[in-house]
Amino acid sequence: MGEFKVHRVRFFDYMPSAIRAMAFNSRTERLALARADGAVEIFNFADHYFQEKIIPGQDGRAAEALCWVGQRLFSAGLNGEITEYDLENLKPKYTVEAYGGPIWAMSSNGEGTLLAVGCEDGTVKMFEILSERIQFQRNLDRQKGRIISLSWHPSGKLIAAGMMDMIRIFDAETGHSTYRLLVDRGFGPSRCKEVVVWSIAFLSDHTIISGDSAGKVQIWDGLTGTLVRTHPVTKWDVMALSVSPDESSVLAGTSEGTVIQFQFITATMDQQDKEWVRTRTFKNHSHDVRALVHTETAVVSGGMDTQLVVRPLLDKVEKNTHESALHKIAFPHRNLVCCAKKAGLLLFQFSDHLELWRIGESDGHGKPGDSLPVKRKPEKLIQLKRKGEHHICSSALSPCGGWLAYSTLSVVRLYRLQYNDNDISITKVSKLPKELRSVHQLCFSSDSSKLFASSSHSSVIVVALNQLECKYLHTLRPKSGSVQPVHLLCASEDGKWLATASTDCEVHVYNLCKQKLHCTVPVYSSCPTAIGIHPTTSNLVVAYADHQIFEYSLIQREYTDWSRKLQKQGLHRLWLERDTPVTHITFSSKNPAHIFMHDTFMFCIIDQSLPLPEARTMLYNQMTLRSLPEHERLRQSHAFKICKTFKHLMCVRLLEDHSVVVVERPLLDIMSQLPAPVRQKKFAT
Amino acid sequence: MVEHGDIRVVHRGGSKINFREPVITNDSKFLLCASGECVKVFSTSTEECLHDLRGHTDLVTGVIIKPSNHLQAYSCSADGTVRLWDFTDGILIKTYVIGHPIYSIHASASHEGVVFVVTSMHADKRPDLLQLVAVHLPRSGDQMVEARELSAVLSDVSSNPLAIAFGRGGEFIASAKGLQLEVYIFRKQKAYRFFLKEDNKKGGRNTFTCVACHPKDDCIATGHEDGKIRLWRNFNQKKEYTYSTLHWHHSAVSSLCFTPEGTNLLSGGIESVLVQWRYNQEDQREFLPRLGAAITHIAVSPDGSLFFTSHSDNKITIIQSCLKVSAAIQGLVKGENVTTDLMMDPRSKSLVLNGKPGHLQFYSLQRDKLLYNLDVVQQEYIHESGLQQFEVVKAAFDASGTWLATVEERKQKGAEVELNLKLWEFDEQTQSFVLNTTISAPHEAQITDMCFCHSTDNQTTMLVSTSKDGHFKAWQLDAQAHTEADERPSWSCDFVGAYHSLVPECCCFSADGSLLAVSFQEVVTVWSTASWELLTTLSQPPKAIRNLCFGRLSCSKYLLGTTGNNLLCCWNLLTCSLEWSTSMDVSLLLADPISENMAAFCRQAGSTDLFVFKPSEPRPLFSQKAVCPGKVTRAIFAPREEMLESCEESSQWLNRSQLYFLTQHMDLMTFTTKVEEDRLMASSKQLVIDDSVAMTPFYLLLGKHRQQDSRDAQSISAERTPLPQGSVAIKELLQTPAHVLPSTSFLCSMFVQSLLISVTDPREEDKATEEEMESEKEEEDSEEEMESGTTRPEQAPLGRQAAESAAPALTKAQVRELRRVKKLDRSWFAGLLDS
Repeated sequence: MGEFKVHRVRFFDYMPSAIRAMAFNSRTERLALARADGAVEIFNFADHYFQEKIIPGQDGRAAEALCWVGQRLFSAGLNGEITEYDLENLKPKYTVEAYGGPIWAMSSNGEGTLLAVGCEDGTVKMFEILSERIQFQRNLDRQKGRIISLSWHPSGKLIAAGMMDMIRIFDAETGHSTYRLLVDRGFGPSRCKEVVVWSIAFLSDHTIISGDSAGKVQIWDGLTGTLVRTHPVTKWDVMALSVSPDESSVLAGTSEGTVIQFQFITATMDQQDKEWVRTRTFKNHSHDVRALVHTETAVVSGGMDTQLVVRPLLDKVEKNTHESALHKIAFPHRNLVCCAKKAGLLLFQFSDHLELWRIGESDGHGKPGDSLPVKRKPEKLIQLKRKGEHHICSSALSPCGGWLAYSTLSVVRLYRLQYNDNDISITKVSKLPKELRSVHQLCFSSDSSKLFASSSHSSVIVVALNQLECKYLHTLRPKSGSVQPVHLLCASEDGKWLATASTDCEVHVYNLCKQKLHCTVPVYSSCPTAIGIHPTTSNLVVAYADHQIFEYSLIQREYTDWSRKLQKQGLHRLWLERDTPVTHITFSSKNPAHIFMHDTFMFCIIDQSLPLPEARTMLYNQMTLRSLPEHERLRQSHAFKICKTFKHLMCVRLLEDHSVVVVERPLLDIMSQLPAPVRQKKFAT
Repeated sequence: MVEHGDIRVVHRGGSKINFREPVITNDSKFLLCASGECVKVFSTSTEECLHDLRGHTDLVTGVIIKPSNHLQAYSCSADGTVRLWDFTDGILIKTYVIGHPIYSIHASASHEGVVFVVTSMHADKRPDLLQLVAVHLPRSGDQMVEARELSAVLSDVSSNPLAIAFGRGGEFIASAKGLQLEVYIFRKQKAYRFFLKEDNKKGGRNTFTCVACHPKDDCIATGHEDGKIRLWRNFNQKKEYTYSTLHWHHSAVSSLCFTPEGTNLLSGGIESVLVQWRYNQEDQREFLPRLGAAITHIAVSPDGSLFFTSHSDNKITIIQSCLKVSAAIQGLVKGENVTTDLMMDPRSKSLVLNGKPGHLQFYSLQRDKLLYNLDVVQQEYIHESGLQQFEVVKAAFDASGTWLATVEERKQKGAEVELNLKLWEFDEQTQSFVLNTTISAPHEAQITDMCFCHSTDNQTTMLVSTSKDGHFKAWQLDAQAHTEADERPSWSCDFVGAYHSLVPECCCFSADGSLLAVSFQEVVTVWSTASWELLTTLSQPPKAIRNLCFGRLSCSKYLLGTTGNNLLCCWNLLTCSLEWSTSMDVSLLLADPISENMAAFCRQAGSTDLFVFKPSEPRPLFSQKAVCPGKVTRAIFAPREEMLESCEESSQWLNRSQLYFLTQHMDLMTFTTKVEEDRLMASSKQLVIDDSVAMTPFYLLLGKHRQQDSRDAQSISAERTPLPQGSVAIKELLQTPAHVLPSTSFLCSMFVQSLLISVTDPREEDKATEEEMESEKEEEDSEEEMESGTTRPEQAPLGRQAAESAAPALTKAQVRELRRVKKLDRSWFAGLLDS
């Protein structure tokens, strides 16, 4: 696959934020996920768990509860506000103050007409969901103590509320409390501590299931208000509960990082009376499981250890398919690293600041696999703190390294960088055109003369840059009238083309000379995860979330022969079973037949001149090829040259001098920065 | 087994009782254990063996209570028969011939007239493929019935009976083998199979080891190799089955058992901890640790009040349901091998060999009971496989039994062998051995042989040990160190001998203790023990000496040795020349300590032959071909307590002592003569079994009336058939070994009858009842008077004795209470029972 000098970068201290809440929309198969920094992410479960959208967070606005009502997404948090999100423009639409102190829980009724929130002051507040807004309707009877969890009965007539030391059942119509179920406290020293009912579920047969801070999962009869069973599950807290859509299974997430399944099964064959039995235990987390979703086929869990885990229930899915594999999503499906190819600079994007680094240098030579001595150490040039309370949603560094831009929900900032030997100066470009305001993606042209910014309704704003000045040129719009945001931008090397990909799977190519839409790539069913335009042949290469790769000729406006051949033969099974999507595509200036792409666990050079791998050939054959003699090696090699030496890749880029920059973020480093997990006794320790 | 004249090889004591799960009768009074070729019936209250159910001609592989009649039991055996027993009386009711060797038997109440056996039907094609077969037992009055109506239920099942279990009310049967669990539901006639992954990633070994089914719910508990227990539910669906996992054991779960109500699950394994899991609240578990050895089987009595655990050291522990050990039935402990020789303790006449790890056991062959264990190593034994721990490898007694020498050894990989030689003195006061001297590292390498000087003049006691380091050492009780007042004499090395740096293998003292013979590979050296002079060397090259043995009594001038090239040599020490030699592959040579006889076990074509001979005579006294398959490496002559008067020439060598030997499979076998067997049979036939209720206080109350009734009846019958002389019965009673005697309750009546004068006087009878009434009037009556009132005077002392011996646990207060209630007339109660 050729020899490269590799800059192995491990100084990107990216730290994902803990998962706080999740909500699953089974109709659209979208999972909404709220993180502790206030960001909300949307995953498309129908499309290989691709992270479609990210709504950046805001200081002091962490969501404690998420709720889908139809296609609309609501969140509520400890700041006491209810927020509805604009999923097309990736920002909060509006917020409504609930006036009840911090909000701990939110739940909508089955019809989607009412939203109930549980507040710190002990009230359950009902909000009516109107087509554009929500409106406060009334309070249920106010209780002493906070409302921690809420669950509607599927009929919409009753609400169960988990509180301190008790569970209350409210009649949703009259607003009166009908039952008060007292929850036992823990044993020993925790006896004098109040028990918190962290989570509650109200089933259609009037069974109430609660999980509390004493480590119990309790099953109550909601008709009589009596305790049916207690399952002591952990010594710590049961943080989350989730019921399967058919109400035959319940999951409980604990502070030990385990998820415990309870199933509603008959004790004996051919009898009708069923009972809840504790069955399986899943352990995929090292820390608290804070959020849980039980889909029809899988257990989706997330918590303090920041990973989203999709654990399929093997009795519900076909064996040995993509669905039956365990998925752990630890990194975002987009680039947080920007690389100035010509200057050898790296820009790291954090939620509250940017870091600009110059990569190290080495003049040594060595055998493949050797580590070379470092002549100049990597150096942090700039740490740029963002202004305002909104988090950074995108950033860009021009290829020459002279320009730096970032955007938040409200503003775009552009900086001019100048280097004098070891000195660096940064100047903010003050006057920006007013069109640059709410921007999702930023991208510089290869000659650093233009800045492209994706804006609402899939439009792209083009801004011309020259010394200390910046001028709005025009706005490029697709003809399809798509309203979904653009999540990928790619400008060609020659400055002629600009390709955009939006979350509704459309890929548009604009001719920058003519300043209009050149063509639209035929829409594929999966979402594009990476795009790249070949510098010499002007072919557009698109990688999709289902791991398909297409090559589209911009000149002929059709798929290339290679792409057709690839589709005809089909990709290798192991390639299609890969866990993470391809997040970046680039090309080699030396060898035009080479396409570079990478996902989290490998990087790959596709050599278009070599035959495609057959279904039976070994896909990951680089190690075996090395041991073969020359002529045999030629016969065995195929187009996909995959390197798995580097793991947890955040970015792989090709520099001007044909060396490779690899930015790794080992999961162990992330784990070591997490707070200590709860103490557990391990055997033989 | 080859019959040879009137001498037969039999199992006599010391057989395994932990081979299969013990079976408890419905009233929890008896415990049925498959033990060798018979089924032993134990009383759960006294832990005594009541009787053996004999009849099978091969290993008994399973016992179950007949589901439709709880007073009968089936047993199956590798001889291809299923036998039905009345276990209370020990009567064989029926024999069903299956024709194939049976590995286990199962039955359930919902399958009337059917038993399920595991057998290999296609022995010719695939002998390892076992099937679970339903056997329809034909209804027929014959004693011996051929059961040919077989139908296969499951194919490819495990030979371990614990891997097959009946589910709730016999609705389904679960069988586990390897990584597969198979559930056959009888009503649907459908089998469901569940597979586990062979998961070696985290050291998890998912292989199934045992299965148990919940009695009320559809829940199957399975034990696994890595110590996990899985509870399977919803298994009547192909896909939607589910299981939960419990994990406490660190090694394989060997047995699982639900309590009859299904409230608890019991599990056990090598940790020798009984774990009780609360069903449905599995994190509430209770432990009973320190059970002594790895748990192999768990059984629960039908009322749930008692748990029974079998252990790998041939023990059954009886545990109350509150997890308190109440009793233990201990058999002869046989580990994987016997490292010490078989020995006789000269004092207690018990068999001594290594038993529990680090212990020597003293086992009474007469009573078939473990007397006690001597902790030699005196270190905590860790119940984990793969650990190298101290083991007793050698032991020797001196002639009088006052001294015991033991050698313990620990081999560790890459380290030198750790050795300790310990000398124990018998303490008359505590009646046990007390450690006198510990010699750490007595030799630099493993000790090959050790023996005491068996001299009759007890001036000096001497011990000789030979080792692989090329030396033999003589140890002597140091009389000189006796200076300090409170210090007892201890042992020290007296002499270190070597011969041409060869490795000594065997050592032996002559009968008078004046000569010591030590074999150095092919050379036998004879030393004078008085001066430690090398007197002479004898050799028979080219192969090394294997065994060395001096003759006894009149043959004490002979020294016998066996060599590696199949030669048995006899040297005359007076002439220092070879007297005779014969070619036979002797694996073991041993001398009878109380006669001139010597026994040689020879390997011949895969089995072992026995020759008994006198060194002075050319013809063997006795020889038997194919005594047992495999090699015999351990044997012992055990002196008899009572001389046998056998006149037949070939069996005369068994008159004074009995020969026991251990087979390859660690079965303790012995030889019996026809005379001996006849006597046993006679005594057991005479005892007509009428009542085998265990001796309980209740029995004492009720028994006096019953006894009177039966005596009335018997006295009538006695008139018709006059009993044989009473002295015979007494003789039987006193001479028969205790382990073959039936329970005391029926011995008693027989004994009493033998004493009775067969003439009955009605007047006397009346008088007796009068006396009884009198005694009732007097509250503070003396014991003798009261008993004379209730029973005949001749019977009184023995009856009391029997009661006391059967129920020794009674405290004084209880006895007093018993006496009080005995005075009350309960005849109305007996009448109630009779009506």
